[in-house]
This record gives sequence, C-alpha cells and structure tokens, in this order.
Amino acid sequence: MIYAILRRFGQMLFVMFGISVIVFLIFFATPGADPAARIAGRNASPEVLEAVRHNFGFDRPLYVQYAKMMEKIFVTGDLTSFVNRGWKVVPAVMDSIPVTLSLVFGAAILWVVVSIIIGIVAAATRDSWLDKLLMALGLLGISMPVYWLGEVMNLITQSRYHDSWAFSWVPPLGYKNFSDDPKGWFLTLIIPWITLAILYIGIYGRVLRAAIIESLQEDFIRTARAKGLSETRILLRHALRTSLIAFVTLFGLDFGALVGGSALLTEVVFGLHGIGKLTYDALQNLDLPMIMATVMYASMFVVIANAVVDFVYILLDPRLRTS
Amino acid sequence: MILSVRDLKVSFRTNDGLVRAIDGVSFDLEESEILGVVGESGSGKTVSLLAVMGLITDPNASIEGSIRYKGRELVGLPPRELRRLRGNEIAMIFQDPMTALTPVHTIGWQIAEQIRAHQNISKAKAMARVEELLAEVNFPNPHEAMSRYPHQLSGGMRQRAVIAMALSCNPTLLVADEPTTALDVTVQAGILDLVRKLRATHKSAVVFITHDMGVVSELADRVMVMYAGRVVERGSRMELFSDPRHPYTRALLGSIPPLTGEKPRRLPAIPGSPPSLLRLPQGCAFGPRCPVHYEPCVTGRPDLGIGTHAAACFRVAQA
Repeated sequence: MIYAILRRFGQMLFVMFGISVIVFLIFFATPGADPAARIAGRNASPEVLEAVRHNFGFDRPLYVQYAKMMEKIFVTGDLTSFVNRGWKVVPAVMDSIPVTLSLVFGAAILWVVVSIIIGIVAAATRDSWLDKLLMALGLLGISMPVYWLGEVMNLITQSRYHDSWAFSWVPPLGYKNFSDDPKGWFLTLIIPWITLAILYIGIYGRVLRAAIIESLQEDFIRTARAKGLSETRILLRHALRTSLIAFVTLFGLDFGALVGGSALLTEVVFGLHGIGKLTYDALQNLDLPMIMATVMYASMFVVIANAVVDFVYILLDPRLRTS
Repeated sequence: MILSVRDLKVSFRTNDGLVRAIDGVSFDLEESEILGVVGESGSGKTVSLLAVMGLITDPNASIEGSIRYKGRELVGLPPRELRRLRGNEIAMIFQDPMTALTPVHTIGWQIAEQIRAHQNISKAKAMARVEELLAEVNFPNPHEAMSRYPHQLSGGMRQRAVIAMALSCNPTLLVADEPTTALDVTVQAGILDLVRKLRATHKSAVVFITHDMGVVSELADRVMVMYAGRVVERGSRMELFSDPRHPYTRALLGSIPPLTGEKPRRLPAIPGSPPSLLRLPQGCAFGPRCPVHYEPCVTGRPDLGIGTHAAACFRVAQA
C-alpha cells in the first residue's frame, strides 16, 4: 500500500516535470516566441532588445533559465513578474487558489448530487415522459455556453429582477473570503455555482443514465431479480453501484481541469479573481513567470485529481484491488 | 403438486412481427422431483422457465396460459406478490456463474442480501446462515469465502456460491438453467452431485434445463424434450432413454458418443439447423430435418397427446 502510494507520488512528480519542461520550451525555444521582443514592446531598437535580453537573463543557456525559474517557483518562492516587475508571482497564485477552489468544489458537489439523482430517476423511468423531459433539459444545459448563461444570470439577478423578492439577497459580484464573512462567501458563490454546474449536470446525468441502463442488461441484475429484491434495491445497490465507475472517470478529468483554470469563463463573468483569470491575464501579456507558476499549479491539480480517481476506483471496484 | 404449467405461450413483438418463443407448453412437477428439460439453443427451454419465475421483463413480451404454483396462479400476479415468492420459495441458478454475481459485492453480502430480503433476521444471524450454506455446498473454507469477491473465485466455486444463494431460503422449487454448461467436466460432476444431495436434504423440486443428454440421464426423474418452442416428447427417464419415440429425441440420443464398442468415425449429427421462430415451417417444425417425415407432417401439426410418455409425432400416433 505505502509502496503504491510512493510510486504514484513519483509518477506525479514525473508528469509535472514533463509538463514544466514542455511549457517552458514552448515559450522560450519555439521560433518566433522571443520573450524579450514582447517585453521590450513594439519597434524597440536592437540595443534596447539586447538590454532587455541581458536584464531578464534570456541570453543564458536554456537549461540555466529553466533551472533558475524552477528554483524561484519552488525553492525561494520569489519569482517576479516580467511585465509588472516586483510583483511576486507565487503569492499571487496562492491568493487566487481559494477563489477557484471555492467555486469548483461547490459546483462539483452540486453537479454530482443533482446529476446522480437525475441519472437514477431517468434510468428508472426509462422512455417515459419524465425521462425524456430530464434528458431534454440535460441537453439544454449542455448546449448553453457558460459565459452566456453567466451573463443572463447576472442580468436577471443583478439588474432586471434584483429588486424583486426572489433575488434581492444576491450580493454584488466579487469574492468574499470565507474566513472573513462565511455568509457573504456562500451568497456570492451560489449563482456562480449553479452556472458552472448546469453544463456538467447535463453531461453527467446523461452519462449516468446510459451507464445504469447498460448495467441493467447484465446477468447479475437478472440474478438480483431472481433473488426477489425490490426494484429500488436492484437499481441502487446493483445497477448504480456498478455504473459509478464511468462517472468517476469523467469526474476526475473535469474536476482536475476546472481547478486548474478551466473555470476561467465563469470566473470572468462573475468577477472572481481565480486561477483561470490569473492565467488568462498572464497569457495576454506573455508574462512567462506567471504562466509557468499557474501551469505548474494546474498540472499539480490535474495529477492529484487523477490519483484520487484511481484511489476511488479501488474503493468502487474490488477487481482492481488485487495485484 | 408443486408446479402445474398449462398451455403456456410466450410471444415477443419484434420489428419483423410477432415471435412465439413458447407455444403451448404444459408440464407438472411433483414434490422433490427432478425434471430435465432438454433442447437446442433457442428451443425455448430458458424462456419457459423465466416465465415461471416472472423474470421476463421485456415490455414487448406477452405471456398467456396458466402457471400454478401450489395451486396459486402466477400469471398476472402483481409484481410485489411475485417478488415474495421469488428467491424465497422459487429460486433460480443461472448458466454462467462468471456473470451471475454482482462484481462489486462479496459473496457473503450477496447471499445475506437475499436472506434478509425474505426473512426478518439480524445481519449477524444472516451471516451465520451464509456460513452454514457455504459449508453445505462444500466450500473448503466457508468463513473466509464469505468475504471473497466473485472474481476471486473459480467458475466452479462461483457456481457453488450461486447455488448456496438459491438455497438460502429453502426453496420448494429450484430452477437450474444449464448450471453446468460453462464448467469443466470434473467440476460439472461435483455440481450434479450437489444438486442430487440438495434434493435429498432440502426436499426441493428441481427443473434442470440442459442441452446435455448425458446430464439428464444421470439426474432427471422425468424428461421433457423441447423443439422450436414446443414440447416434442415427455416421459420418465427410463422411458425416454430406453424407448425414445420422437425422431428428434432419437437423433439427440444418437449424437452421444458410445462409451463401449467401436468408435464411429464421425458422430451422427442432425442435418440442418433449428428453424427461425419467425419462419416456422408448415406443419411439424422438425419436419424439414426429420429422417422419417411424410405427407401428414406438412399439412398438420402433431399434438403431444396425453399419457406419461408421449411424443408429438404422427409416426408415433400411427404406430
């Protein structure tokens, strides 16, 4: 067990190392991606360019530059922005982590609970009007782009109907720290949670319904019926239980990506300064240290999420336990 | 009389029209009797017994006729009532032990689940009962086996677990659907011994579905041969094996390799293949493959007739 965890940890480090090298090479070593030119600005004279190059250390060998950057991210933690000199990158990332985590965790709880209920109800009432209605709603949820849905939500809750009894509780956009104001934290995040979750509720509900219906065709379901169990029990303890594996796979991928910055659109629409927003701004300015830091952070979460998924697999499926 | 099936008909609505999988099957089963049901794949052996269990869940299926269990009509019984019988008084063993158990629960859990579905007893008591059952079906280490998952057991052991599960509530009627087909020959013998022993200890009546005449000759008290959804011959084991009347039964027996004497170079096979249920031949369904068919076989369909030993064949009626 301990060996397996250590091995997993080693794999994680290896993946993160690979990602950092690739990202570094993309921005420093691909033809045309001269960071000095971007920093010096348009029409800079060759002398200025040379000065910038020396100043930022771009004239040193690539591996030295890479090692320096990694040292500053992980060891000293004093990496500063290329664009906004003096702005420390690592604290900036640390500050935006809670925002993204709050957003994604809340939305994930919402989408997992709701989509499991939808998947079960739709599979149990297969081909009925209820099933069709739920699946149509799911498709609708999948089809709505999150930035559009977010703006519509804002339009309704912040402006048009803000003064009505239904939405007067909605606080202005922005993030409130949980430690300062737990109630404000919760209230500001409700609408973003719903917005982000709707897409995934649609996808997960449909996936789970299909997986349950597929496992209802299995031989062991016939055995369960022959045992004289109730349909509810067959559905929950036998069909759902064996269908969760596909669900967990999907969840690991989506959750990792969202925590790593894919919640960008939701963050922008609701004025939440999370990792997505930070990465987006850094990409706009080609702020390499910031990009490196956010990418390292994102890859760490993707890799951790996958490790957690593998662990949950083992809990769900005893066939994976022996090896 | 434990079970009395009269004129059972099962049909499925398909895109190509109505398919009658079972067409007028009747049989009786006495207490602690073993009835062997023989036939090729698609002859309707499994479907007829699934109908008895109320396990045909296909919404396109329709079931007609009468199935009386201890005098109580099962056709049209509300699902809740049927569920009370199923697994409790009527239990079933399935063909493929590899897929018949839920992969994510332990053997013990799955057997206890069935006991607790029908009896109001504590978890600990149910588990104690599970251990007894596993010992009864010859698990070498029943206590340890309880915490095993299906994938950790061999095919034979899984089938024993399935049998233990079927027996957990002391069923009066046990339906075994080809329980030995997926197993090695040596394991098969063990399972057959087990069924015989359980008939003696639990006094259960058994319906044993198989396509293996050898198994039937060892186990069954009475035999029913099915072809294309109908019973073509029935009789006691002695009658059927010493005096097979229907040409299909004779052909089936002829395709068993002899144990003594000179080995035939090729085993005799029945020419052709079973007819599609969508396009049954006119008259006797076995006609096109029958070595002795003649005119009446095309124009009319032979009835099984009455009596303990009967065959649905004009040649037999004529003799």
